Amino acid sequence: MREMVKMVIVLTLLSSFSGGLLAAIRNNTQERIDSQVLKFVKGPAIQTIMEGADNNPIQDRFAIPVGETEKNFFVGVFDGKPNVVAFETKGGGYGGDVGVMVAVNVESGKIHGVSVTTHNETPGLGARVETDEDFKNQFAGVPIGTETQVKKDGGDITALSGATITSRAFCKAVAKAGQLFEKVKPKIMEKLSTFSG
Amino acid sequence: MAKTLAQEFTKGLWEEIPPFRLVLGLCPTLAVTKSVQNGIGMGIATTFVLVFSNLLVSLLRNVIPAKIRIACFIIIIATFVTVVELLMQAFAYPLYLQLGIFIPLIVVNCIVLGRSEAFASKNKTVPAIADGLGIGVGFTLSLSVLGAVREVLGEGTFYGMQVFGPSFEPFSFMVEAPGAFVCLGLLLCLMNLAGSR
Repeated sequence: MREMVKMVIVLTLLSSFSGGLLAAIRNNTQERIDSQVLKFVKGPAIQTIMEGADNNPIQDRFAIPVGETEKNFFVGVFDGKPNVVAFETKGGGYGGDVGVMVAVNVESGKIHGVSVTTHNETPGLGARVETDEDFKNQFAGVPIGTETQVKKDGGDITALSGATITSRAFCKAVAKAGQLFEKVKPKIMEKLSTFSG
Repeated sequence: MAKTLAQEFTKGLWEEIPPFRLVLGLCPTLAVTKSVQNGIGMGIATTFVLVFSNLLVSLLRNVIPAKIRIACFIIIIATFVTVVELLMQAFAYPLYLQLGIFIPLIVVNCIVLGRSEAFASKNKTVPAIADGLGIGVGFTLSLSVLGAVREVLGEGTFYGMQVFGPSFEPFSFMVEAPGAFVCLGLLLCLMNLAGSR
C-alpha cells in the first residue's frame, strides 16, 4: 500500500514538474517561433505570390479573429493601392494537411495567386505541388469562392499526374479560402481602408 | 571496477560509440544522415537530451520506485526532447524543418533510455553527466561521418559546398534509405576491421 502511494506521488510530482517547465518554455518561445514560422515557412510562399508588390507583405499584416483563433492577413500593395490580401488555409492531403497561401485581389474578387506553405506529401508525387507552376497557375484569375475541383470530380483543374489526392487537397484549401474570404470580407475592407503602407 | 571520469567520457567515443558499437538508435541514424549538417544537428539535439536526462535520472535514482522507473525515465526524457524541439523551432528553424519528425522521435531512441537504465540510474550524478556527454558526442561524430559519406557521394557536396567538378554525377542511391543501410554496414565493417588489428 505504501509503495503504491509512493509510486503515485512520484509520478504525479514528476509529471507536474515537467508540465510546468514545458509551459514556461513554451510561453517564452512562442513569439519567436511564430516569427520564425512567418519567416521560413510562410515568408517564401508570400514572397512568391506577391511578386512585384511595392511593399513588404510579411511586415504589413493584420489579424482578424476567425472563430476562436486569430488569422493573419498579408497585404500587398500593387499600383499604389493595397488591393491584394493573402491568407493561409488547409486541405487534407495524402500525408496530413496541405497548407495553401491564397492571395485575393479584393477589387476584382479574383485569385491573384496561390502557393504552398506546408505539406507532407510523397516526394516525387504529391510533393511536386510545391514546385509545379503550371498546376498552381490554373488558379490565378479564378473568381474567389468558385468551387474549384479537379477534372476527375467534374471541375476544371488538371490534377498533378499521380497525385490526385494532393490536387484535391489543394482545391479544397482554395475553396475554403473562398468561404473564409466571404465571411470576413467586411472586416478586411475595413482594415484595408485604414491601411497606410 | 571504478572508472575515472575521463574514461566514462571517452568510452562513448570509441569503445561504446553509438550506433556502431551499441547498435542502437538506428532509426534516426538512417533517416537523418542525408547531410553533414543534419547529422550534426541531430547529434547535438540527442546529446542535450542525453546529458540532461542522465543528470535528472541520476539525481532522482533513490526517489524513483523500481517498479515504475521506465515510466519515470520516459517522462524525464520526453520533457527534455520537447524542450529541444521548442528551442530548435525558436532558434534554428531551417534545421527543424529538415529534421522534422525525428526530433520528437528522440523520445523513443533506445540510446537515451538505455543510458538512463543501464548507467544513470545506478551511478552518481557527475559520472552520469560524463557518460551522457561521451555517448552524445560519440553519436554526433558517427552521424556526422555517416552524413559526410552520404552527402559527398549522394549529392557531391560537403556541408553544402561543392567538392567535385560539374562533371560529377551524384550517386543518388546514397541519400535514399537503402543507401543508409549499405553505408552504415560498410562503416561498421571498417570499424571492426580496424578494431580487430
